[in-house]
Amino acid sequence: MTAYILQRIFQALAVMVVVAFVSFLMFNFVGDPVDNMVGQEASYEDREEMRDRLGLNDPFVVQFARFVGNAVRGEFGISYRLQRPVATLISERMPATLELVGASALLSILIGIPLGVYTGIRRYAISSRVILTLSLAGVSLPTFVIGILLIYVFSVNLGWLPSFGRGQATQIGWWSTSFLTVSGWKAIIMPSITLALFQMTLILRLVRSEMLEVMRTDYIKFARARGLPDRLINFGHAFKNTLVPVITIIGLNVGSLIAFSIITETVFQWPGMGFLFIQAVGFADVPVMAAYLVMVAAIFVAINLIVDILYFVVDPRLRVDRTVASGSGE
Amino acid sequence: MALLEVEDLRVEFPTRRGALLALDGVSLEINEGEVLGVVGESGAGKSLTGAAIIGLLEPPGRVTGGKIRLEGHRIDTLSYEEMRNIRGKKIGAIFQDPLTSLNPLYTIGRQLIETIRVHMDVSPEAARARAIELLGEVGIPAPERRIDSYPHEFSGGMRQRVVISLALCANPRLIIADEPTTALDVSIQAQIIALLKKLCREHKTAVMLITHDMGVIAETADRVAVMYAGRVAEIGPVKRVVKQPKHPYTVGLMGAIPMVGHDVERLTQIEGAMPRLNEIPPGCSFNPRCPKVFDKCRMERPELMPAGRNAEAACWQFDKGGRRG
Ligand SMILES: Nc1ncnc2c1ncn2[C@@H]1O[C@H](COP(=O)(O)OP(=O)(O)OP(=O)(O)O)[C@@H](O)[C@H]1O
Ligand code: SF4
Ligand SMILES: [Mg+2]
Repeated sequence: MTAYILQRIFQALAVMVVVAFVSFLMFNFVGDPVDNMVGQEASYEDREEMRDRLGLNDPFVVQFARFVGNAVRGEFGISYRLQRPVATLISERMPATLELVGASALLSILIGIPLGVYTGIRRYAISSRVILTLSLAGVSLPTFVIGILLIYVFSVNLGWLPSFGRGQATQIGWWSTSFLTVSGWKAIIMPSITLALFQMTLILRLVRSEMLEVMRTDYIKFARARGLPDRLINFGHAFKNTLVPVITIIGLNVGSLIAFSIITETVFQWPGMGFLFIQAVGFADVPVMAAYLVMVAAIFVAINLIVDILYFVVDPRLRVDRTVASGSGE
Repeated sequence: MALLEVEDLRVEFPTRRGALLALDGVSLEINEGEVLGVVGESGAGKSLTGAAIIGLLEPPGRVTGGKIRLEGHRIDTLSYEEMRNIRGKKIGAIFQDPLTSLNPLYTIGRQLIETIRVHMDVSPEAARARAIELLGEVGIPAPERRIDSYPHEFSGGMRQRVVISLALCANPRLIIADEPTTALDVSIQAQIIALLKKLCREHKTAVMLITHDMGVIAETADRVAVMYAGRVAEIGPVKRVVKQPKHPYTVGLMGAIPMVGHDVERLTQIEGAMPRLNEIPPGCSFNPRCPKVFDKCRMERPELMPAGRNAEAACWQFDKGGRRG
């Protein structure tokens, strides 16, 4: 077990090194950092002196090592555009994104899973068909269309909810939250629904098809033949057996929520990392882009690690030593 | 009164081109504590009969006629919830593949205790004690330790023992065992059958043993029902059926001397194949293959009728009123 987890952690680290390398290359090949810092008028000598001071004339490997060292401490330099430390910018923006992603993940899981189980069990019920048909809309409508529709109805026509921003945020240490004010709650409703809808339907459909699959298995038939009540069969035996794929998809789900949050944040002008990133791309603000890339990759890798460990908790077959398991049985 | 009486059971599958009649008037009885073997070619309706008795036909299949009585009470008319109380408690079931019959995510102990507590009003501790006792009875070594193992930690044969303990744990009056050894290694098939027989004798549990293996039937069963194309062709004490088969189909089956390990498919010396459900001929469904066929066979369908001492067969040859043509 520890071997398995150590192996996973090692893989995660390897992935992070690769990502760091890519964002390091970005620093070196997307524009000249010195140009970006001193402007066009500086003399050749000034530039060379600057290069020396910044360590840009050091060997490649040394530069990369320095980059990684800084990245580990959260230092990604100064934003070209805003002239402020990237670390500060990110830490200002991260809470907004994480709250949005967290709210969307909860929404999509708490609604998607029960509906998936329900439509899987009550397969022929009319309500199941209605839910499935509606879920098709969720899969096929692009995020920004849903966002704009919501804004049109609830902000423009009804005037119930704000169309942009995150309301009044409350500062708790370095974290700023919108969950402590009414305007914050109002502000997060539409963006989180917009972001959650696609994932929710994905989870719903996956859970449903997994439930249908599991319901056909022999162990469910045998559980029925033993007279176990439906409650035990559906939520114990059947649902638990859908968990491995469902955990996988939820892991991917949180990852893609972060990716899709770029669009949602742009539509709702949500002051998060995604919005910051889009603005950075517009200005070729490499330090911000590199930092965003590394941050997002770190979150992805962390989620994957958690998913791998959860597999372990759910499925006893994985808990055996690999070598023993392959020759299993007696 | 027999423990289980199945009378004229019909099972249909609705399809776009009309209903498929998969069981067309199956009748059989199982007495307290006896082993009834059920044989027949693939598709004869053996599994469907078992599934209909325990009330677990897969939709869209459904019972459209006949009666099923357990201890004299109709069970085919019970609601799903009423039937649930019968399953496991009165009628148990064992399926073919022990590798897939157990939930891989729960320990065998949890599955046993859960089942015991659904049917018996006992504390978790008492249920666990009973589970350990049952595992010992079915021959799991060191049951007090193994009870907390997961299914994948057992071999196929051991898993089928666990399955048997699960089927027996609420002391049912009848067990429907649908090819309980087909998926197992030949070397352990006999052990499992012997175990099943021993346990059922001790617990006075009747068994409906569905199999292709005439040898197993000959050694294990008290009586045997031979099925053909959704009906019972012949039923009677196993010794008599093996030595003096009455129905021409059974005669064909017994054409070779049955030995353990020889299945019905390979024993068949009868020309042709069993008709598909939508191509069953009028009259006796066996008539295209029957060496003894005569006119009446092509027109009217024979029901099970007395065919001498200890014998019932669905064949016009034994019709007292009629004459051979
Ligand atoms: N879901 C279904 N839809 C349509 N026909 C079905 C369905 N299930 C079973 N049948 C038909 O019912 C008949 C009896 O099937 P059954 O499974 O009882 O056969 P069996 O005697 O158990 O055969 P085997 O020895 O292969 O297990 C078969 O002809 C089969 O084609
Ligand atoms: S009824 Fe006729 S066709 Fe059918 S088994 Fe008897 S003799 Fe053969
Ligand atoms: Mg079968």
